[in-house]
Amino acid sequence: MYMKTLIKSGVAVIALLAAGPVAADEDADLIINDEIEITVRAEAPAHVDGLRTIYSGWVFRADETQALQMDDFENPAMLFADEAREKWTRVEGSAEKSCADCHGEPESLADARGTYPKWNDQAQEVRTLAMQVNGCRTEQMGAEAWKYDSAELLNMEALLSSVARGNPVNVAIDGPVAATFELGKEIYYSRFGQLDLSCANCHEENYGNNIRADHLSQGQINGFPTYRLKNARLNGAQTRFRGCIRDTRAETYAVGSEEFIALELYVASRGNGLSVEGPSVRN
Amino acid sequence: MAENVTPRVRVPRDATAGEVITIKTLISHPMESGQRKDGDGNVIPRSIINRFTCTFNGEVVIDVTLEPAISTNPYFEFEAVVPESGTFAFTWYDDDGDVYTDTKEIAVS
Repeated sequence: MYMKTLIKSGVAVIALLAAGPVAADEDADLIINDEIEITVRAEAPAHVDGLRTIYSGWVFRADETQALQMDDFENPAMLFADEAREKWTRVEGSAEKSCADCHGEPESLADARGTYPKWNDQAQEVRTLAMQVNGCRTEQMGAEAWKYDSAELLNMEALLSSVARGNPVNVAIDGPVAATFELGKEIYYSRFGQLDLSCANCHEENYGNNIRADHLSQGQINGFPTYRLKNARLNGAQTRFRGCIRDTRAETYAVGSEEFIALELYVASRGNGLSVEGPSVRN
Repeated sequence: MAENVTPRVRVPRDATAGEVITIKTLISHPMESGQRKDGDGNVIPRSIINRFTCTFNGEVVIDVTLEPAISTNPYFEFEAVVPESGTFAFTWYDDDGDVYTDTKEIAVS
Protein backbone atom coordinates (compact mmCIF):
# COMPACT_ATOMS: atom_id res chain seq x y z
CA MET A 1 0.00 0.00 0.00
CA TYR A 2 1.21 3.47 -0.88
CA MET A 3 0.80 4.82 2.65
CA LYS A 4 3.11 2.28 4.18
CA THR A 5 6.00 3.11 1.92
CA LEU A 6 5.31 6.78 2.44
CA ILE A 7 5.82 6.67 6.13
CA LYS A 8 9.11 4.88 5.99
CA SER A 9 10.99 7.63 4.25
CA GLY A 10 10.59 11.36 4.44
CA VAL A 11 12.45 11.71 1.16
CA ALA A 12 10.02 9.42 -0.56
CA VAL A 13 7.16 11.52 0.76
CA ILE A 14 8.41 14.60 -1.03
CA ALA A 15 9.27 12.73 -4.21
CA LEU A 16 5.90 11.01 -4.44
CA LEU A 17 3.85 14.07 -3.61
CA ALA A 18 5.75 16.05 -6.23
CA ALA A 19 4.96 13.40 -8.80
CA GLY A 20 1.26 14.19 -8.44
CA PRO A 21 -0.39 11.34 -10.31
CA VAL A 22 1.33 8.79 -8.06
CA ALA A 23 -0.04 10.45 -4.94
CA ALA A 24 -3.48 10.66 -6.52
CA ASP A 25 -3.28 6.94 -7.09
CA GLU A 26 -3.46 6.38 -3.38
CA ASP A 27 -6.77 4.68 -2.62
CA ALA A 28 -6.44 4.52 1.12
CA ASP A 29 -9.26 6.92 1.88
CA LEU A 30 -11.88 5.65 4.22
CA ILE A 31 -15.50 6.09 3.22
CA ILE A 32 -17.90 3.96 5.21
CA ASN A 33 -21.03 2.63 3.47
CA ASP A 34 -20.16 4.86 0.48
CA GLU A 35 -21.49 7.66 2.63
CA ILE A 36 -19.54 8.64 5.74
CA GLU A 37 -16.24 10.28 4.87
CA ILE A 38 -13.59 9.68 7.50
CA THR A 39 -10.55 11.89 7.93
CA VAL A 40 -7.71 9.40 8.32
CA ARG A 41 -4.84 11.87 7.98
CA ALA A 42 -4.59 15.44 9.18
CA GLU A 43 -2.14 18.06 10.29
CA ALA A 44 -0.94 17.32 13.81
CA PRO A 45 -2.48 19.50 16.54
CA ALA A 46 -0.23 22.33 17.77
CA HIS A 47 0.33 20.70 21.15
CA VAL A 48 1.91 17.60 19.61
CA ASP A 49 5.57 18.40 19.03
CA GLY A 50 6.74 15.03 17.74
CA LEU A 51 4.42 14.63 14.75
CA ARG A 52 3.74 16.66 11.65
CA THR A 53 0.86 14.57 10.34
CA ILE A 54 -1.47 12.40 12.32
CA TYR A 55 -2.77 9.15 10.84
CA SER A 56 -5.62 6.95 11.91
CA GLY A 57 -4.58 3.40 12.74
CA TRP A 58 -6.73 2.35 9.80
CA VAL A 59 -4.08 3.40 7.24
CA PHE A 60 -1.54 1.03 8.81
CA ARG A 61 -3.68 -2.07 8.42
CA ALA A 62 -3.69 -4.62 5.63
CA ASP A 63 -6.05 -4.07 2.70
CA GLU A 64 -8.40 -6.84 3.80
CA THR A 65 -8.67 -5.47 7.32
CA GLN A 66 -9.29 -2.00 5.94
CA ALA A 67 -12.06 -3.33 3.73
CA LEU A 68 -13.92 -4.80 6.68
CA GLN A 69 -14.45 -1.34 8.06
CA MET A 70 -15.76 0.20 4.84
CA ASP A 71 -19.12 -1.53 5.05
CA ASP A 72 -21.17 -1.86 8.22
CA PHE A 73 -22.43 -5.24 7.12
CA GLU A 74 -18.91 -6.60 7.09
CA ASN A 75 -17.73 -4.75 10.18
CA PRO A 76 -18.10 -7.32 12.98
CA ALA A 77 -18.04 -4.53 15.56
CA MET A 78 -21.44 -3.34 14.39
CA LEU A 79 -22.97 -6.48 15.88
CA PHE A 80 -21.98 -5.15 19.28
CA ALA A 81 -23.25 -1.66 18.55
CA ASP A 82 -26.57 -3.23 17.59
CA GLU A 83 -26.69 -5.09 20.90
CA ALA A 84 -26.33 -1.77 22.68
CA ARG A 85 -29.06 -0.27 20.50
CA GLU A 86 -31.43 -2.90 21.84
CA LYS A 87 -30.45 -2.00 25.40
CA TRP A 88 -30.88 1.68 24.64
CA THR A 89 -34.63 1.48 25.18
CA ARG A 90 -34.50 -0.99 28.07
CA VAL A 91 -35.76 0.44 31.37
CA GLU A 92 -33.32 -0.18 34.22
CA GLY A 93 -32.73 0.98 37.78
CA SER A 94 -34.80 2.57 40.51
CA ALA A 95 -35.72 5.61 38.41
CA GLU A 96 -37.33 3.29 35.85
CA LYS A 97 -35.73 5.06 32.95
CA SER A 98 -33.96 3.96 29.81
CA CYS A 99 -31.30 5.81 27.84
CA ALA A 100 -34.02 6.74 25.35
CA ASP A 101 -36.16 8.52 27.97
CA CYS A 102 -33.61 11.34 28.28
CA HIS A 103 -31.73 11.15 24.99
CA GLY A 104 -34.28 9.98 22.41
CA GLU A 105 -32.37 8.31 19.63
CA PRO A 106 -28.67 7.48 20.01
CA GLU A 107 -28.08 9.73 17.00
CA SER A 108 -28.90 12.74 19.19
CA LEU A 109 -25.56 12.15 20.94
CA ALA A 110 -23.51 12.26 17.75
CA ASP A 111 -21.45 15.13 19.12
CA ALA A 112 -20.43 13.32 22.30
CA ARG A 113 -17.81 10.77 21.32
CA GLY A 114 -15.36 13.19 19.74
CA THR A 115 -15.15 15.48 22.76
CA TYR A 116 -14.47 12.87 25.46
CA PRO A 117 -12.65 12.57 27.82
CA LYS A 118 -13.78 15.93 29.14
CA TRP A 119 -14.44 17.90 32.29
CA ASN A 120 -17.70 17.31 34.10
CA ASP A 121 -18.65 20.41 36.07
CA GLN A 122 -21.16 18.74 38.35
CA ALA A 123 -18.88 15.90 39.35
CA GLN A 124 -15.76 18.10 39.34
CA GLU A 125 -13.76 15.44 37.53
CA VAL A 126 -12.50 14.44 34.11
CA ARG A 127 -14.79 11.84 32.64
CA THR A 128 -14.18 9.41 29.83
CA LEU A 129 -17.14 8.40 27.72
CA ALA A 130 -17.33 5.17 29.70
CA MET A 131 -17.48 7.10 32.97
CA GLN A 132 -20.18 9.36 31.58
CA VAL A 133 -22.31 6.37 30.56
CA ASN A 134 -21.90 5.01 34.06
CA GLY A 135 -22.62 8.46 35.47
CA CYS A 136 -25.94 8.37 33.62
CA ARG A 137 -26.64 4.90 34.92
CA THR A 138 -25.95 5.62 38.58
CA GLU A 139 -27.10 9.24 38.83
CA GLN A 140 -30.04 9.37 36.41
CA MET A 141 -31.29 5.81 36.17
CA GLY A 142 -30.47 4.53 39.64
CA ALA A 143 -28.93 1.50 37.98
CA GLU A 144 -25.67 -0.21 38.77
CA ALA A 145 -22.54 0.97 37.02
CA TRP A 146 -21.06 -1.34 34.40
CA LYS A 147 -17.56 -2.58 35.01
CA TYR A 148 -14.92 -0.58 33.16
CA ASP A 149 -14.25 -2.04 29.70
CA SER A 150 -16.86 -4.75 30.29
CA ALA A 151 -18.80 -6.03 27.30
CA GLU A 152 -21.94 -4.00 28.10
CA LEU A 153 -20.03 -0.78 28.49
CA LEU A 154 -17.94 -1.31 25.37
CA ASN A 155 -21.08 -2.12 23.38
CA MET A 156 -22.63 1.18 24.49
CA GLU A 157 -19.43 3.06 23.64
CA ALA A 158 -19.45 1.35 20.25
CA LEU A 159 -23.00 2.56 19.65
CA LEU A 160 -22.19 6.14 20.69
CA SER A 161 -19.10 5.98 18.54
CA SER A 162 -20.93 4.57 15.52
CA VAL A 163 -23.41 7.45 15.45
CA ALA A 164 -20.51 9.93 15.73
CA ARG A 165 -18.49 8.61 12.81
CA GLY A 166 -17.22 11.35 10.57
CA ASN A 167 -17.39 13.99 13.29
CA PRO A 168 -14.03 15.41 14.29
CA VAL A 169 -12.15 14.41 17.43
CA ASN A 170 -11.96 17.63 19.41
CA VAL A 171 -10.78 17.03 22.94
CA ALA A 172 -10.22 20.13 25.07
CA ILE A 173 -6.81 20.26 26.73
CA ASP A 174 -6.92 23.52 28.67
CA GLY A 175 -8.94 24.98 31.53
CA PRO A 176 -9.98 22.49 34.19
CA VAL A 177 -8.44 19.52 32.39
CA ALA A 178 -4.97 21.10 32.08
CA ALA A 179 -3.53 19.15 35.02
CA THR A 180 -4.94 15.87 33.70
CA PHE A 181 -3.52 16.65 30.27
CA GLU A 182 -0.05 17.26 31.75
CA LEU A 183 -0.20 14.00 33.72
CA GLY A 184 -1.19 12.11 30.59
CA LYS A 185 1.60 13.72 28.62
CA GLU A 186 4.12 12.81 31.31
CA ILE A 187 3.01 9.18 31.21
CA TYR A 188 3.14 9.17 27.41
CA TYR A 189 6.79 10.19 27.40
CA SER A 190 7.85 8.10 30.43
CA ARG A 191 9.77 4.90 29.81
CA PHE A 192 8.25 1.82 31.39
CA GLY A 193 9.30 -1.71 32.18
CA GLN A 194 12.31 -3.89 31.59
CA LEU A 195 12.28 -2.95 27.92
CA ASP A 196 12.46 0.70 28.96
CA LEU A 197 9.97 1.93 26.38
CA SER A 198 7.67 4.94 26.39
CA CYS A 199 4.55 5.25 24.28
CA ALA A 200 6.45 7.77 22.17
CA ASN A 201 9.32 5.37 21.41
CA CYS A 202 7.02 3.22 19.32
CA HIS A 203 4.09 5.38 18.32
CA GLU A 204 5.82 8.70 17.70
CA GLU A 205 9.36 7.79 16.68
CA ASN A 206 8.72 4.48 14.94
CA TYR A 207 5.23 4.42 13.52
CA GLY A 208 5.19 2.79 10.12
CA ASN A 209 8.04 0.46 11.14
CA ASN A 210 7.57 -3.10 12.22
CA ILE A 211 8.02 -4.26 15.77
CA ARG A 212 8.58 -7.90 14.99
CA ALA A 213 5.42 -8.79 13.04
CA ASP A 214 3.41 -5.77 14.14
CA HIS A 215 3.09 -2.75 11.93
CA LEU A 216 3.28 0.14 14.36
CA SER A 217 0.61 2.80 14.14
CA GLN A 218 0.61 6.17 15.84
CA GLY A 219 -1.51 4.71 18.58
CA GLN A 220 -4.46 6.99 17.82
CA ILE A 221 -7.63 6.07 19.69
CA ASN A 222 -10.20 7.71 17.41
CA GLY A 223 -11.23 4.20 16.32
CA PHE A 224 -12.00 2.81 19.78
CA PRO A 225 -13.73 0.69 20.85
CA THR A 226 -11.96 -1.56 18.40
CA TYR A 227 -12.89 -5.00 17.16
CA ARG A 228 -9.68 -6.99 17.06
CA LEU A 229 -9.46 -9.94 14.73
CA LYS A 230 -7.12 -11.65 17.19
CA ASN A 231 -9.72 -11.89 19.95
CA ALA A 232 -12.97 -11.40 18.00
CA ARG A 233 -14.45 -8.86 20.41
CA LEU A 234 -14.49 -5.19 21.26
CA ASN A 235 -11.47 -3.77 23.03
CA GLY A 236 -11.36 -0.54 25.04
CA ALA A 237 -8.60 2.04 24.78
CA GLN A 238 -7.51 1.59 28.38
CA THR A 239 -7.33 -2.18 28.02
CA ARG A 240 -5.08 -1.52 25.05
CA PHE A 241 -2.93 0.84 27.15
CA ARG A 242 -2.57 -1.89 29.71
CA GLY A 243 -1.56 -4.36 27.00
CA CYS A 244 1.08 -1.97 25.68
CA ILE A 245 2.59 -1.28 29.09
CA ARG A 246 2.49 -4.99 29.94
CA ASP A 247 4.40 -5.66 26.74
CA THR A 248 7.21 -3.44 28.00
CA ARG A 249 7.35 -5.89 30.93
CA ALA A 250 6.16 -3.35 33.44
CA GLU A 251 3.58 -3.40 36.20
CA THR A 252 0.67 -1.57 34.64
CA TYR A 253 -1.87 0.89 35.93
CA ALA A 254 -5.39 -0.41 36.38
CA VAL A 255 -8.09 0.14 33.77
CA GLY A 256 -10.19 3.03 35.05
CA SER A 257 -7.36 4.46 37.16
CA GLU A 258 -6.58 8.16 37.39
CA GLU A 259 -3.39 7.60 35.38
CA PHE A 260 -5.14 5.85 32.51
CA ILE A 261 -7.92 8.44 32.43
CA ALA A 262 -5.21 11.08 32.06
CA LEU A 263 -3.44 9.03 29.40
CA GLU A 264 -6.71 8.52 27.52
CA LEU A 265 -7.35 12.26 27.53
CA TYR A 266 -3.84 12.99 26.31
CA VAL A 267 -3.79 10.31 23.62
CA ALA A 268 -7.28 11.28 22.46
CA SER A 269 -6.15 14.91 22.14
CA ARG A 270 -3.25 13.80 19.92
CA GLY A 271 -5.94 12.78 17.45
CA ASN A 272 -7.68 16.17 17.37
CA GLY A 273 -8.51 16.70 13.70
CA LEU A 274 -9.07 13.06 12.78
CA SER A 275 -12.61 11.72 12.54
CA VAL A 276 -14.32 9.56 15.09
CA GLU A 277 -14.02 6.17 13.45
CA GLY A 278 -15.09 3.62 16.02
CA PRO A 279 -16.08 0.93 16.24
CA SER A 280 -13.11 0.13 14.04
CA VAL A 281 -11.56 -3.14 12.91
CA ARG A 282 -7.90 -3.87 13.61
CA ASN A 283 -5.72 -6.93 13.72
CA MET B 1 -28.80 -21.79 24.54
CA ALA B 2 -26.85 -19.23 22.63
CA GLU B 3 -27.94 -15.71 23.44
CA ASN B 4 -28.44 -12.69 21.22
CA VAL B 5 -28.37 -14.65 18.00
CA THR B 6 -29.30 -12.27 15.21
CA PRO B 7 -29.09 -13.27 11.56
CA ARG B 8 -28.34 -10.61 8.98
CA VAL B 9 -28.59 -10.98 5.23
CA ARG B 10 -27.83 -8.70 2.33
CA VAL B 11 -29.38 -9.46 -1.04
CA PRO B 12 -29.82 -6.92 -3.84
CA ARG B 13 -33.45 -5.71 -4.12
CA ASP B 14 -33.57 -6.20 -7.87
CA ALA B 15 -31.61 -7.82 -10.67
CA THR B 16 -31.91 -8.72 -14.32
CA ALA B 17 -32.82 -12.28 -15.31
CA GLY B 18 -29.80 -14.59 -15.30
CA GLU B 19 -27.65 -12.07 -13.42
CA VAL B 20 -25.07 -13.34 -10.95
CA ILE B 21 -25.68 -11.63 -7.64
CA THR B 22 -23.61 -11.60 -4.48
CA ILE B 23 -25.26 -12.61 -1.24
CA LYS B 24 -23.76 -11.87 2.16
CA THR B 25 -24.90 -13.37 5.43
CA LEU B 26 -23.75 -12.84 8.97
CA ILE B 27 -25.03 -14.33 12.19
CA SER B 28 -23.94 -13.42 15.69
CA HIS B 29 -23.05 -16.61 17.51
CA PRO B 30 -20.28 -17.53 19.97
CA MET B 31 -19.37 -20.76 18.11
CA GLU B 32 -18.00 -22.35 21.26
CA SER B 33 -15.74 -25.12 20.02
CA GLY B 34 -16.01 -27.58 22.90
CA GLN B 35 -12.21 -27.60 23.15
CA ARG B 36 -11.86 -24.80 25.66
CA LYS B 37 -11.89 -24.96 29.44
CA ASP B 38 -13.24 -22.42 31.89
CA GLY B 39 -11.38 -20.98 34.86
CA ASP B 40 -12.04 -24.06 36.96
CA GLY B 41 -10.73 -26.47 34.36
CA ASN B 42 -14.13 -27.74 33.24
CA VAL B 43 -14.72 -28.20 29.54
CA ILE B 44 -17.04 -25.56 28.10
CA PRO B 45 -19.59 -27.59 26.14
CA ARG B 46 -19.65 -27.27 22.39
CA SER B 47 -22.27 -24.87 21.08
CA ILE B 48 -22.02 -24.04 17.41
CA ILE B 49 -24.15 -23.53 14.37
CA ASN B 50 -23.63 -26.79 12.52
CA ARG B 51 -25.48 -26.18 9.27
CA PHE B 52 -26.40 -23.26 7.06
CA THR B 53 -28.63 -23.42 4.02
CA CYS B 54 -29.92 -21.01 1.43
CA THR B 55 -32.76 -21.78 -0.94
CA PHE B 56 -34.31 -19.82 -3.78
CA ASN B 57 -38.00 -20.54 -4.43
CA GLY B 58 -37.46 -23.90 -2.73
CA GLU B 59 -34.38 -24.83 -4.76
CA VAL B 60 -31.14 -25.32 -2.85
CA VAL B 61 -28.53 -22.63 -3.52
CA ILE B 62 -26.01 -23.63 -0.90
CA ASP B 63 -25.93 -26.13 1.97
CA VAL B 64 -22.99 -25.84 4.33
CA THR B 65 -21.75 -28.01 7.18
CA LEU B 66 -20.03 -25.94 9.83
CA GLU B 67 -17.32 -27.40 12.03
CA PRO B 68 -16.08 -26.31 15.48
CA ALA B 69 -12.99 -24.57 14.11
CA ILE B 70 -15.12 -21.87 12.49
CA SER B 71 -14.78 -18.68 14.46
CA THR B 72 -17.40 -16.61 16.19
CA ASN B 73 -20.07 -14.74 14.17
CA PRO B 74 -19.86 -16.85 10.98
CA TYR B 75 -19.96 -14.83 7.77
CA PHE B 76 -20.78 -16.27 4.37
CA GLU B 77 -20.51 -14.60 1.02
CA PHE B 78 -21.55 -16.45 -2.11
CA GLU B 79 -22.98 -15.90 -5.57
CA ALA B 80 -26.22 -17.07 -7.13
CA VAL B 81 -27.84 -16.83 -10.54
CA VAL B 82 -31.37 -15.46 -10.36
CA PRO B 83 -33.62 -16.58 -13.24
CA GLU B 84 -36.83 -15.00 -11.92
CA SER B 85 -38.36 -12.99 -9.12
CA GLY B 86 -38.64 -14.87 -5.89
CA THR B 87 -37.59 -15.41 -2.33
CA PHE B 88 -34.28 -16.38 -0.84
CA ALA B 89 -34.74 -18.30 2.41
CA PHE B 90 -31.81 -18.62 4.81
CA THR B 91 -31.65 -21.12 7.67
CA TRP B 92 -29.09 -21.64 10.40
CA TYR B 93 -29.21 -24.78 12.57
CA ASP B 94 -27.87 -24.52 16.13
CA ASP B 95 -26.42 -27.42 18.12
CA ASP B 96 -29.09 -26.83 20.76
CA GLY B 97 -31.86 -27.44 18.23
CA ASP B 98 -32.71 -23.80 17.61
CA VAL B 99 -33.30 -22.80 14.02
CA TYR B 100 -32.82 -19.20 12.90
CA THR B 101 -34.36 -18.07 9.65
CA ASP B 102 -34.49 -15.02 7.43
CA THR B 103 -35.97 -14.37 4.00
CA LYS B 104 -35.29 -11.79 1.29
CA GLU B 105 -37.36 -10.96 -1.76
CA ILE B 106 -35.72 -10.12 -5.05
CA ALA B 107 -37.46 -8.60 -8.06
CA VAL B 108 -36.11 -9.72 -11.41
CA SER B 109 -36.82 -7.67 -14.51
